Amino acid sequence: MTPAEIKEVILDILEGIAPDEDLGALKDDVPLREQLELDSMDFLDIVMELRKRYRVQIPEDDYIELATMQSTVKYLTPMMKDLQKT
Amino acid sequence: MIAGASERETIVITGIGLAAPNGNNLTEFRESLLAGRSGVTAYDIRYVGPTVAGVCSFDELRYQKRKDLRRGTRAGSVSIYCASEAIADSGIDWANQNKSMVGIYVGVTEHGNVETENEIYELKGFDYDTKFWSHHHNPRTVANNPAGEISLNLGITGPHYTIGAACAAGNAGIIQGAQMLQLGECDVAIAGGVSESIHTFGIFASFKSQGALANHSDPAKASRPFDVDRNGIVVAEGGCLYVLERFSDAKKRGAKIYGEIAGYAINSDATDFVLPNAERQAECMQLALRRARIAPEQVDIVSTHATGTASGDTQECAALRSVFGNTEKTLFNNAKSFIGHTMGAAGALELGGNLPAFNDRVCHATINVDQLDPECALPGLVVNQPREAKRVDYILNNSFGMLGINSVVIIKRI
Repeated sequence: MTPAEIKEVILDILEGIAPDEDLGALKDDVPLREQLELDSMDFLDIVMELRKRYRVQIPEDDYIELATMQSTVKYLTPMMKDLQKT
Repeated sequence: MIAGASERETIVITGIGLAAPNGNNLTEFRESLLAGRSGVTAYDIRYVGPTVAGVCSFDELRYQKRKDLRRGTRAGSVSIYCASEAIADSGIDWANQNKSMVGIYVGVTEHGNVETENEIYELKGFDYDTKFWSHHHNPRTVANNPAGEISLNLGITGPHYTIGAACAAGNAGIIQGAQMLQLGECDVAIAGGVSESIHTFGIFASFKSQGALANHSDPAKASRPFDVDRNGIVVAEGGCLYVLERFSDAKKRGAKIYGEIAGYAINSDATDFVLPNAERQAECMQLALRRARIAPEQVDIVSTHATGTASGDTQECAALRSVFGNTEKTLFNNAKSFIGHTMGAAGALELGGNLPAFNDRVCHATINVDQLDPECALPGLVVNQPREAKRVDYILNNSFGMLGINSVVIIKRI
């Protein structure tokens, strides 16, 4: 998966988690929580969805890497580069 | 006024919010009950397959966002809808209401089955590896969830909890609310009951195994208490929550008053897990009548609990005969024949459908009686067509549940 495809996956997951939000104007370098109504349970949903869809395991200490779209994609790229987007 | 508690204040109903399979507010529900309109439809649920159920169609997005629906439970949604509608109906100045003095008391038959079944179903796809088990499981399945979702949605900071009382829970919620108002624990009580039970296959399957799940080629004819050809319970979802206040507070603000909680009682059979006990049911009704300080013949309408099982219907009729004798003055009806058994909501919802009778003096019927079971032939049973009463001053509402819990609420016209 390319970084662009990983971003698409994250956006797809966010659509499910925040169905009332407009994700079109999301800025990649601004923390997601500053742009969307997301709480800790929502972040756990992102972690769970990645686990369910791609068996990607994100240790709790690394949750901080999911702060922005940019940091999330950067963090996930080495873990997901050999995976196919479903 | 509850006898033996003369120092306590009278508690009145000032708002009603409901979701029934045949109506999304009291006006629609009442119209359906008077028109003989069923809310039971064909239904399909995992593992059980095609069956029938009472399914609600209220607008979930009226008081919740899509994210709220995803986060919470169906019981939470039903609760939020009913509570919001009840508050709007009460005319309370909600923006200026002290939210710390609002109490939430929601009766439930069960809670958590729906989410647990869904999670296990999902987990099967991951070979039962629990690292795929949802972190939402606990907040969705804690027993206070339906009441807690009301608190979160409406910013209510007073007490909130559910009352687990099987199918007597709707009445139990009302009783709890009245008691908390009398104790001064709250100034406004949001009280009644809710059910999400059609979303758990376990309830259908368990009634089926017990030989107590209704079926009929025409879903609208499946729920038929008192009919010789009844064959069990129609599971339904729904809710009914009341705004209850002390009479003095309601009067002060010029509130519309639906009726006074004149008497109530809860007792236990202490005899069987599932089989009813007519003697204890009669004792429960008699205790509520004593507390209301009225004689049986003063009751104008009895909303029966009967669910469409042979044992349940005949036992309740035996209890009714022992309390009311052969009077033709007291009328008996049944709302489950229209909507099925809304479980934790049943007591509150079935009472709600009868309250307009204080104004229009019409007792809605029990429908689907093609051939009346002789054991259920009460003289005042209102069969298939509504009947007008000379006057309606008292309504008695029966609601009974498994493990032998009986509840009775008596409402007086004010």
